[in-house]
Amino acid sequence: MRYLPLTEADRQDMLAAIGAPSVDALFGDVPGAATLSQPIAGLAPHQGELQVERALSRLAARNVPAGSCPSFLGAGAYRHHVPAAVDQLLTRGEFLTSYTPYQPEVTQGTLQYLFEFQTQVALITGMDVANASMYDGATACAEAVLMANRVTRRNRAVLSGGLHPHYREVTATTTGVLGVDLVTLPADPKGVEDLVAAIDDKTSCVVVQNPTLFGHVADLTPLAEACHAKGALLIVAVTEVVSLGLMPSPGSMGADIVVAEGQSIGNGLNFGGPYLGLFATRDKFVRQMPGRLCGETVDADGKRGFVLTLSTREQHIRREKATSNICTNSGLCALAFTMHLSLLGEVGFTGLARLNHAKAVQLADKLAAGGVTVLNDGFFNEFTIQVKGDAAALVDTLAAEPLLAGVPVSRLYPGQAELAGLLLVAVTETTTEDDMDALVQALGGQQ
Amino acid sequence: MNTQGRKTTPDVESAAATEAGTYTGNRALVHEEPLIFELDNPGVSGVDLEAAPAVASRLGGLKARAGIGLPGLSEPTVVRHYTRLSQKNLGIDSTMYPLGSCTMKHNPRLNEKLARLPGFSDIHPLQPQSTVQGALELIDQLAHWLKTLTGMPAVAMSPAAGAHGELCGLMAIRAALQARGETSRTRVLVPESAHGTNPATAAFCGFTVDAIPAEANGRVSVEAVKAKLGPDVACIMLTNPNTCGLFEPQVKEIADAVHAAGGYFYCDGANYNAIVGRVRPADLGVDAMHINLHKTFSTPHGGGGPGSGPVVLSDALAPYAPLPYVVHGADGFRLVEHAGEVEGDAKPFGRMKAFHGQMGMFVRALAYIMSHGADGLRQASSDAVLNANYLKARLQDLMSVPFDGYCMHEALFDDRFLKDTGVTTLDFAKAMIDEGFHPMTMYFPLVVHGAFLIEPTETESKATLDQFVGAMRHLAGKAKAGDAAHFLAAPRYTPRRRLDETAAARKPVLRWTPPAA
Repeated sequence: MRYLPLTEADRQDMLAAIGAPSVDALFGDVPGAATLSQPIAGLAPHQGELQVERALSRLAARNVPAGSCPSFLGAGAYRHHVPAAVDQLLTRGEFLTSYTPYQPEVTQGTLQYLFEFQTQVALITGMDVANASMYDGATACAEAVLMANRVTRRNRAVLSGGLHPHYREVTATTTGVLGVDLVTLPADPKGVEDLVAAIDDKTSCVVVQNPTLFGHVADLTPLAEACHAKGALLIVAVTEVVSLGLMPSPGSMGADIVVAEGQSIGNGLNFGGPYLGLFATRDKFVRQMPGRLCGETVDADGKRGFVLTLSTREQHIRREKATSNICTNSGLCALAFTMHLSLLGEVGFTGLARLNHAKAVQLADKLAAGGVTVLNDGFFNEFTIQVKGDAAALVDTLAAEPLLAGVPVSRLYPGQAELAGLLLVAVTETTTEDDMDALVQALGGQQ
Repeated sequence: MNTQGRKTTPDVESAAATEAGTYTGNRALVHEEPLIFELDNPGVSGVDLEAAPAVASRLGGLKARAGIGLPGLSEPTVVRHYTRLSQKNLGIDSTMYPLGSCTMKHNPRLNEKLARLPGFSDIHPLQPQSTVQGALELIDQLAHWLKTLTGMPAVAMSPAAGAHGELCGLMAIRAALQARGETSRTRVLVPESAHGTNPATAAFCGFTVDAIPAEANGRVSVEAVKAKLGPDVACIMLTNPNTCGLFEPQVKEIADAVHAAGGYFYCDGANYNAIVGRVRPADLGVDAMHINLHKTFSTPHGGGGPGSGPVVLSDALAPYAPLPYVVHGADGFRLVEHAGEVEGDAKPFGRMKAFHGQMGMFVRALAYIMSHGADGLRQASSDAVLNANYLKARLQDLMSVPFDGYCMHEALFDDRFLKDTGVTTLDFAKAMIDEGFHPMTMYFPLVVHGAFLIEPTETESKATLDQFVGAMRHLAGKAKAGDAAHFLAAPRYTPRRRLDETAAARKPVLRWTPPAA
């Protein structure tokens, strides 16, 4: 067994040093009735690399990678090109195999990149401060609502109908057990809703996604002003973080908390996980934040160094009074994010966003020219189209080509006839003009 | 973890005064490395993009933003930057990393390779299900082995980490109580020795926390549990093996007592790695238990995640497992993603995260299980326990042991052996760094004063353990001989010496800001 260094002779020597007759004797506290005397039945004995690789490669081969065909999938997960250097650096064992940096003298590498990560997240969201990551955008969203309740000492949150339904469901699940009152506006594919009317003096926060699930973009400044006039916080959710390279930052529009899915930068699709929750807010709310924070300090020689800080918010110190129960987060995904964003830099990040947007405009124009109805006036890199018949059935048919035509809205909102013909179409820098033409042709034939 | 007066401000003498400096501040292989923002070369990028199509912007009237403030760096600069940062980090690849309760074992590289196969890493969570049958089968296979190994009938795969799994388990319990019409059960029993996540999770789930005192022998007694039981108890959250590194001998009696009182048994499975293949949690009366795939099944810790925390569930809780989940139908595997698609008696309590779970971790964990096989998994638990007992046996004459007898996968010591030496657990840990080891977990569990919790794992050789024992004995001897100065000045050879945590918290600097012009 290649991962186990002990030999039988070692084991006997060690048992002698312990003074135990056998390894079984070490398990003496286990009740006899619960002791298994034989290896678990049904599981084969240990296997070599070759055999395991063969078995799992067979499973991998039964999936259609999004990069192997034209793909327009989005709705909260986006396929971007990740520079080769990212994964090469990520697999350095000093990063990959280290633990949470509780011993700062031997984890300055992790701590410095977290400090850089927090700064980058604060910059792109336009906020003062960001934490060291959450599990994903949806859990960050739920935590933001709880934080807004702590800050405002109120208990009613208003959720926009443009919020990704999975974010809404995670928020409802997480806050429901605490008796939070959620006011959810209905989803409108055209993006029309009156959030301001839903705010009252019991409202702790309004959660709005920008761009929305359907791809609409909005100036959130009036909404922020309406929130603040009633003493509520504005929480902005961003599922496509590349949009922050082109659109005005949520901070500049008055957001109090920004949550985002950071997967688009540095991280692959991975069938939905692991992903990267971003969480940023204003300085004045920092002590109500969930999750880890890295801060600057000095060492005994007066040299700059970094440590985890403000830990009195966290579970390992504060136990049941902590701001959240989160412990392990998405450290390595944050590293991938920060490395990719460092490679992009100001020029690359804004250029990437412009490229995504321009290609999406190009596809929208091609589709419109082909007679397909695009619902959006404004969008970033994703928009909603109306197809003839059932969008899910169409997507399934085209998958056989293979062509991954997008996410049918019915995958997220099943059983609503008026949404059955809607398809979310996302474009990134990986989309070629040939891909676009393939989609236009496939839909054109259908029109 | 500063509950026992651990110093957070260094008062060690500056080494700089006694050391010949270099021109650069570098020390041979260890470089002083600025922040990326200080390396900014405006206009430079490490990525070349194709020219954007010439189209008019369609941002719905929004003005494009400008001046974000990100630094410009070329690829060589970025590669060197992160390489240098990595050289200031310790990982299990570099040295023994005996962090108790954290299970820092070797991370097999085959698992990394397989998780990166495009068939797993480049598939979208909302692709048509016909195009991801292999991925769904992989989740189903891993679920099968988690259920088989634990003897439990069901598993919720989506939780993203251990604490997230705890939340999932407690939400299932809450839903089950609601279905029984017993919403007045709001109290959760948590032993004092529990991980901080346990009480935090219970509170996060709307329960009140009631602590069960620890017994003098480091265990939880059935009598202490019975004394706390009542019609308002929802469940007990018990870690087994517990955080003192001991198997709870009365675990079955405790489970029976909790069940008899109408409550559920949530088991914190952080230490499941000690008993895989030797004990099935189902046989201990467990109703829910999370499995940290990043501990027991060795997916890399990555400097603090990502983890993965599937939760195995008993028949009583299985119907409440969250969405989405995989089922096997007539024409292959299928994801149940919505309440309206649910069949049978399932009543999912909701959704835990955006998508289906930590697929990247699932691939690694399944590769780990298949590589070890039935014999290897059992051998791994056995060796983990053997290694910990070997350390305990070799160190207990010089260090102080709070609880006699054999331990499980981790050996616990307290700080009585340092009494009157002027050396604290923290000082001792810092001296271990200079010896080339990552320190053990310190000051946890809270029920032991100045705790040293040492978990060697099964992937350390006897030679490494012997060297570790030698270093520990050397240091214990030094402390007892009155050489406190050696400890107070440690670590000496790290890129940074002790850091001022008090200053960091008093005036938090949580991001870089441009120097004032």
